[in-house]
Amino acid sequence: MTTYLAAAPTPVERAAPAPILVATDLKKRFGRTEALRGIDVTIGRGEIVAVMGPSGSGKSTLLHCLAGILRPDAGTVELEGRRIDTLGETERSKLRRSSFGFVFQFGQLVPELTALENVALPLLLDGVSRSDAEARAADWFPSLGIEGLEHRRPGDMSGGQSQRVAVARALVTGPTVVFADEPTGSLDSLAGEQVMELLSAAVASSETTVVVVTHEARVAAYAHREIVVRDGRISGVVAA
Amino acid sequence: MSIQHAVLGLLQEGPRHGYDLKHLVDRYFAPDRPVAFAQIYATLARLESRGRVALDAVERAEGPDRRRYAITEDGRHELVRWLDEPLAPEPHLQAALFTKVVLAILSGRDVTAIVDSERHAHLARMRELTALRRSAPVPIGLLADYALFHLEADLRWLELTAARVDDLRTNLKLSTEDHP
Ligand SMILES: Nc1ncnc2c1ncn2[C@@H]1O[C@H](COP(=O)(O)OP(=O)(O)OP(=O)(O)O)[C@@H](O)[C@H]1O
Ligand SMILES: [Mg+2]
Repeated sequence: MTTYLAAAPTPVERAAPAPILVATDLKKRFGRTEALRGIDVTIGRGEIVAVMGPSGSGKSTLLHCLAGILRPDAGTVELEGRRIDTLGETERSKLRRSSFGFVFQFGQLVPELTALENVALPLLLDGVSRSDAEARAADWFPSLGIEGLEHRRPGDMSGGQSQRVAVARALVTGPTVVFADEPTGSLDSLAGEQVMELLSAAVASSETTVVVVTHEARVAAYAHREIVVRDGRISGVVAA
Repeated sequence: MSIQHAVLGLLQEGPRHGYDLKHLVDRYFAPDRPVAFAQIYATLARLESRGRVALDAVERAEGPDRRRYAITEDGRHELVRWLDEPLAPEPHLQAALFTKVVLAILSGRDVTAIVDSERHAHLARMRELTALRRSAPVPIGLLADYALFHLEADLRWLELTAARVDDLRTNLKLSTEDHP
């Protein structure tokens, strides 16, 4: 079989993209646990970067610091050249709504809202009118293969369907960066693949940047490169 | 298994007879399928002709095998090269990976470094396969899937092994004792 698969059809090398998210010497501790012990990362516009590493190594903490959910104890985070780690809670939460999209392992949709209302929610929070928000939200359903589910509630959808709704919700505001923490962790292989295909397609068409934490190599293979976190540090040969 | 590298690894700590090598190889690298003595001698001969091992002593005594071999500088270089360089990622690597990891554990090397470099090589290959799968005709796509799952399995095994390495180190000491 090796011979059939010998030729790579597309060059995997890409020109280094312009940096969009830059973190230097990030440190974060929780009580006596040093979750991050000095992490430097530079993520380029339009890149998909996989964050890998053992359980408890600091992947989610890193993601949360990059996304302005947590404030690092030391170090800096810049988005498009602007410090975001020093912003106050109100400003960070505004920034998260306007510039970032999030997908977590268990969709974290609002159970009382329909799929459509869930997808429209970030736009409503951003001050878009209800009718506009729902119209924009509805546009995502066909391309994500969830057409017809607009009026279902999360409890009445499968895990894979909910996860696609969560992807739509993450993408609806046209975010600069999508942060995903184990987005396929609760899905079977096929549903997981579909979620990753959707994210990659969105990136390819809109220069969105994706940072995805995963322990699955097949998921990481959708990324342009991987970062390995071990004991709160970037590990190994791949820190490029 | 890469029997040549297994033998080089076993010679790192000091010269050994072919007889001991056969038992050590069986014990650490081929627990499921013992190697033939002839294969060990053929391997030693090949390593000797390449200058990777040298005859260290010939004892004048009874018994099947009194030739003792030692690893050379070239042999050490080759071993380090092989350990540091990721294998070409294809499915069914298990045997070579297995040899590598056991050798790393036995010789106190940093297993996480091996895991990282293998993972990097695996993921590069897996990215190619993921791209190939999108554009290829169905049978090739299915083969690519097959390869992707097997390469992933290699990595999961490697990661598990790296996570357990301290434990393994305690329980995996190089010794010819207590083999049957
Ligand atoms: N809010 C918190 N309070 C206390 N300790 C925390 C908190 N969040 C994380 N930690 C600790 O920080 C370390 C890193 O946790 P983190 O969640 O970043 O790991 P991870 O790499 O995402 O692991 P996993 O793969 O299991 O999700 C762990 O030791 C964890 O227990
Ligand atoms: Mg986590």
